Amino acid sequence: MSAPPILAVEDLVAGYEPGLPIVNGVSMHAADGEIVGVLGPNGAGKSTLIKAMAGLVATSRGKVRFGGRDITKTPAHLRIRGGLAFTPQTENVFTSMSVDDNLKLAAGLLPAPRRPSRIAAMFETFPDLARQRTLLAGRLSGGQRQMLAIARALLIEPKALMLDEPSAGLSPKAVSAVFASLAEIRKTGVTIVLVEQNAKAALAIADRAYILVQGRNRHEGLASALGSDPMIAALYLGGAGTEDAA
Amino acid sequence: MTPQVVVDGLISGALIGLGAIGLTLTYSILRFANFAHGEFVTFGAYAALALSAVISSQVGVSGEALEPFSISLALVLAVPLAMALTAAFALALDHLLFSRLRGKSEAISVVMASFGASLAIRAAIEFVFTSRPSYFNRELQIAQPIGFGLKATPNQLAMLVVAVALTTGVYLLLARTQLGRSMRAVSENPSLARVAGVDVERTIRFTWALGGALASAGGVMAGLLVQIRPFMGFDLLLPMFAAAILGGIGSVPGAFVGALIVGLAEALTVQLAGAEWRAAVAFVALVGVLLIRPTGIAGRAA
Repeated sequence: MSAPPILAVEDLVAGYEPGLPIVNGVSMHAADGEIVGVLGPNGAGKSTLIKAMAGLVATSRGKVRFGGRDITKTPAHLRIRGGLAFTPQTENVFTSMSVDDNLKLAAGLLPAPRRPSRIAAMFETFPDLARQRTLLAGRLSGGQRQMLAIARALLIEPKALMLDEPSAGLSPKAVSAVFASLAEIRKTGVTIVLVEQNAKAALAIADRAYILVQGRNRHEGLASALGSDPMIAALYLGGAGTEDAA
Repeated sequence: MTPQVVVDGLISGALIGLGAIGLTLTYSILRFANFAHGEFVTFGAYAALALSAVISSQVGVSGEALEPFSISLALVLAVPLAMALTAAFALALDHLLFSRLRGKSEAISVVMASFGASLAIRAAIEFVFTSRPSYFNRELQIAQPIGFGLKATPNQLAMLVVAVALTTGVYLLLARTQLGRSMRAVSENPSLARVAGVDVERTIRFTWALGGALASAGGVMAGLLVQIRPFMGFDLLLPMFAAAILGGIGSVPGAFVGALIVGLAEALTVQLAGAEWRAAVAFVALVGVLLIRPTGIAGRAA
């Protein structure tokens, strides 16, 4: 790998209760412009890891570095302001606010003159949202909500985007649309860290991937190599080589 | 029954509304029922009383009533200062008490802490100002005809205008500004708000300050309408809760409309059944709403 990592996790221990770590010494990194998958069976600690990277789960050991800076103790709202965006798996939009207001909330992090053009850019990228801009986000379909969550995260032009299971609960058509938009996003140079249960879809667009098991690193490598390894697919990825996860 | 009950009800509803807005915002953003909110009303009224006396005696601003109102220029100048002081007081209470419990203990502990704070603040106010009622002005105002056979004093009309203006201002703040969107975001999902870049702690501080300032304005209105007493806020607590729940927790227009309904119901009850039944109205409204439509008029399902 030639580019230096923009986002790195070193020996991270994190969890919800003191003394009961869910993530137990995980290390990983993502280079500038890379798509990195974080995969593994249920309960592997994937979501906890990404939440700890976003600043939503307390860490008791290890470091999170972003853009060369140690952000382990940086509050969540300052991480996004620094260019590290995150979209949660569920409850990822403000359902009582309109599509427009969801985007305006994010636009508030930008200088006032840039806000209208960035909101317009997001509506251009996600035309489906433009047609629903006055609708309450709670009335959007699952796929549209995921798009809105991604649009909200991308609006501030982050350097890196972390997504927690963007395919969860979506129809196969919506999953295709979400992953197609991720492929488009990577063309803009944004680094993407993708936690996914749907290993096949994730490996199809990722450059590299990490496989976690019981809160620890188990395998890592090029996405193409991991995806074509039948043993890994069968053991950890729900038969990723052959079928979609739900 | 005379139509005058409408004016009386709307006036009393308007001052309940100013308190209920702060209560509903605190409830929706901090997720606890603040039983000390009534004391912000009382604190605000006494702060305006003390500040208007200081402005009148030390700065030399007239303490004479501005005709046709019974409100002096000193009091007009004191009200924004009292609102700021009550906002600071609410922030201090949060810093010293509630912020230490937030996220670390059960919700009921925070509610109990607010009970304790309510008792302590009320006792401290009583200690400083005594339990004897005070007045902004002892001049008697004569109600003037305002059409449709209704009468209102100039003070009452001014209060109604101020209450509607403040409520509209808060509504526009929530609907149109970045701060308002942040407040709505924290109210719905604090965790998502954090990753959307909202400074949740700052938003919470603003909510306290806003709630305190509005309660203070409500306190001044209550003081002008009746009298200033250490129990004035406590007596308004139940109607404020009834209004906030009736309107739907988190909804500013809902809280104000809820308050007007509670005010009208109280005035109607006083006229039809007698003043001794007034306090029961808020209880009945509260129980009725919780039984029939727990989300209130404008509330959303949890």
